[in-house]
Amino acid sequence: MTGPEPLLEVRGLRRHFPVRNAFGRVTGAIKALDDVTFKVRPGETFGIVGESGCGKTTLGKTLAGIHVPDAGGIAFEGQDITHLRGAARGAVTQRLQYIHQDPGNALDPRWKIGRSLDEPLAVHTTLTRTEREARVREILSAVGLPPGHLDLYPHEISGGQQRRVGLARILTLQPRLVILDEPTSGLDVSVQAMVLKLLRDLQVRFELTYVFISHDLSVVRIMCDRVGVMYLGRFVEIAPTEELFAAPRHPYTCSLLSAIPEIGGRRVTETFSLEGEPPNAALLPSGCRFQQRCPLAAAICAEREPELDLVTDRHRAACHFAAGKESRL
Amino acid sequence: MTTDRLLEITELRLGYDTGRGFARVLDGVSLSIGRGRIMGLVGESGCGKTTLARATLGILSPNARVESGSIRFDGNDLLGMDPVRFQREIKGRRITFIPQDPYGAFNPLFRVGDQIMELMKWKSPRREPGEWGLGALMTPYPRARRKADREQALRRLEEVQIPDPERAFAKLPGEFSGGQRQRLMIAMALMTEPDLIIADEPTTALDVTIQAQILKLIRLLATTHGVSVLLTTHDLGTAYEICDDITVMYAGQEVEMAPVDTFFVAPQHPYTVRLLDSLPRPGREIREIAGEIPSLLDPPTGCRFNPRCPAATPECSAARPPVAGMRHKVRCFHPVAHGAEVAE
Amino acid sequence: MGGFRQAMGQLAKDRSALVGFCLVMLVVLAAVFAPVISTHPEAVWDMNPVNRLKAPSGEWLFGTDRMGADIYSRVIYGARITLVIAIVAVGASLLIGVPIGLWAGWNEFWPGEALMRVSDIFLAVPQIVLAIAIAQTLGPSIQNVILALSITYWPWFARLVYAEVRALKRETFIEAAIALGVPQWRIVLQHVLPNVASPIIVRTSIGMGFTILTAASLGFLGLGAPPPAPEWGRMISESREFLPEAWWYALAPGLAIFIVVMGFNLLGDGLRDVLDPRLRRSHDH
Repeated sequence: MTGPEPLLEVRGLRRHFPVRNAFGRVTGAIKALDDVTFKVRPGETFGIVGESGCGKTTLGKTLAGIHVPDAGGIAFEGQDITHLRGAARGAVTQRLQYIHQDPGNALDPRWKIGRSLDEPLAVHTTLTRTEREARVREILSAVGLPPGHLDLYPHEISGGQQRRVGLARILTLQPRLVILDEPTSGLDVSVQAMVLKLLRDLQVRFELTYVFISHDLSVVRIMCDRVGVMYLGRFVEIAPTEELFAAPRHPYTCSLLSAIPEIGGRRVTETFSLEGEPPNAALLPSGCRFQQRCPLAAAICAEREPELDLVTDRHRAACHFAAGKESRL
Repeated sequence: MTTDRLLEITELRLGYDTGRGFARVLDGVSLSIGRGRIMGLVGESGCGKTTLARATLGILSPNARVESGSIRFDGNDLLGMDPVRFQREIKGRRITFIPQDPYGAFNPLFRVGDQIMELMKWKSPRREPGEWGLGALMTPYPRARRKADREQALRRLEEVQIPDPERAFAKLPGEFSGGQRQRLMIAMALMTEPDLIIADEPTTALDVTIQAQILKLIRLLATTHGVSVLLTTHDLGTAYEICDDITVMYAGQEVEMAPVDTFFVAPQHPYTVRLLDSLPRPGREIREIAGEIPSLLDPPTGCRFNPRCPAATPECSAARPPVAGMRHKVRCFHPVAHGAEVAE
Repeated sequence: MGGFRQAMGQLAKDRSALVGFCLVMLVVLAAVFAPVISTHPEAVWDMNPVNRLKAPSGEWLFGTDRMGADIYSRVIYGARITLVIAIVAVGASLLIGVPIGLWAGWNEFWPGEALMRVSDIFLAVPQIVLAIAIAQTLGPSIQNVILALSITYWPWFARLVYAEVRALKRETFIEAAIALGVPQWRIVLQHVLPNVASPIIVRTSIGMGFTILTAASLGFLGLGAPPPAPEWGRMISESREFLPEAWWYALAPGLAIFIVVMGFNLLGDGLRDVLDPRLRRSHDH
């Protein structure tokens, strides 16, 4: 792949949770992450989409160091960070940050906002108190909040403002890569617009790279440069955003896209055809994990699990029938 | 007395006594649903849509206070009705409920079949009028009725596409997925052969592929059984999918009511226009609505959107605009003309 | 902590908590101002058999005991003993139990689990029995009473803190602090501890009442401070041989115990109502 060095490179990441029966014996495994591989380039916004149980949140937390993978590697800025703990990880944390789905909940309810914003700086940097305060005020105004908020408690401000504080807290450390886990989930449409706009502005102002995890495809479409679609623990398709939406190659992606309501357009409830639900994550079928619901399923799908192969020079899909498919299902 | 409007809410004004004052959650809301129509009640948090649904069902919290207005269901006054009659005839029988959270609605300890039959024991349409009262607690479930109810229940489960209904009866709620549980809730809502189903954000907690299936099911069954539906949602896409009519609420006031075709093609209220505009659309910059949703403890006077509305004039805060229009109604002194650009 | 003032304001509205607070203050002030408010300060420790077993009157408010001392004054001075025992015993239990609970709850490993099993053993034995056993072995004195009470009470704090810390570990803001790279010791001291403070405060208040009752029981059994110390439990014990004629003998000390224990319990309940829903409300937006 040509272009600048990847900022984040993930290879074969695996995280299985053992399933035990009543006697404690291991009977199987929930493959939350199963051979996840992808790259993120500096300055881009890489989207990760999928439905519940696909593993995107586990992926986000594993990248952030909250979970430790069973196998595979994560390289950040060229350095292998997979198994770093403690002080060594601390140095990385400053540049690779993770924002929870509801950043307001990431604030200690008993701390004033000013103190919560000061904490990362106090822990990671050697700045004096005055310098820290200056940086905090700068960030606070960057997210559009008045300095008076420093003296308030989280429950005294609205949900939207709490989100901004959560974002500000991460930004005080001037990270390079930020993992956003469902940043607009559960938000009202108008608040969502505000958050997305803010994220864009901050990205430009602070030269950030985003990994954008979401189940909402319409949001991902306008925010991301490239998108990866996850299903049951691994990527089934990765492509530049517009190419994914215009010409998806994997049948699951096609179904996902056709399930999104389009105001003024065709009605999903009349055209949508994907039936059934994802299989039990502990009992994956042999071969392709999507075969039970796939309209294209054939014998080969049960024999061999398809690899995430290149279809065009920037588009990968894990389907035996991906190459050669010209248009949407 | 029959009217063609099944549910008619007129100038309902109610609020909650909170520890910090009186929150005016509904400020003279009017709404009407025709027979066999699906009405989408759209609004953001704090708009009062859930409160309106709960008021109709009679499940408001104890600190709620109705100040004025009425709710008429098939000609009957619900707010003034004898609570016993309301409990027996209307609640859970002629008006049923599909909750937002399919996980909390079932008791996890009892089998699904038992819970359904428990519902049918008390609320089945075949229940004789004389079977009420304290004595009814003692009498067992008449066998003939129980058999008929059970068959009907199984048929409903088939209708909502639960595989192998007989076996499903014997399962615990935990053995079903979220989408399946929501199907069960839909089946339960239809079992008593209601006239109106109130669905409170029924697909918000579900994945988009399951959401499509569930919405399809709701529409299909509503049309087949001739049931009216009041569907609350904050997602305009959902409203577009299956609703016949749409009412938009903002901060406790209804601002626009229209059939779905004209609603999305030519919205008139500035809030509606901006709401539709703030939906993410590719190839265009993100548009937000300036300001925030007001606190209901001290809301703006007149039209509650006026502090955030660029078209606002002094008369907008002086009094609430009256309803204008016949088929497509709007409450605004300065509605957006069809085709005009929205000023920034 | 601005929330503190809000909590105190709310506490004032809860009538039973207010009553509890007043009762406790009554006893505390009595102890502090004992020389001032007792009628016969000199008679507390001296013996004056002339006045023995006099019924309550204007001069002897609650009568006199078998040594001729004014019962009312003895009870007032007895408050000092009682409160000192309670404060030191509960304080010691706090200082032992809370760190253990924090340490075991935060690091989920076998030494912590082992300590929790030890505390379970302590909790399984009825406290009064344990206290008696210890006090009896060591001999009657105020110090030994305090020691016995501390040993029996620390597991309550340890267990409480352990459970709270384990639950708190799952909270989003703790996870966020970990993700932010905040060192563990800092998280425990600055985030975890303030958040478990409320249950600790509630249990402290209730623990005071319980400890006082147990201390009085020990005194009653003769295991507390030796005579002529005006210890309430011992006074009640003494009264037994003079009942029912000297009906006033047990009245004052009994009433005193009742007031202080009731006070702490009501206060504890009020604190629980105030501190917990406030936490919950601050999570609701």
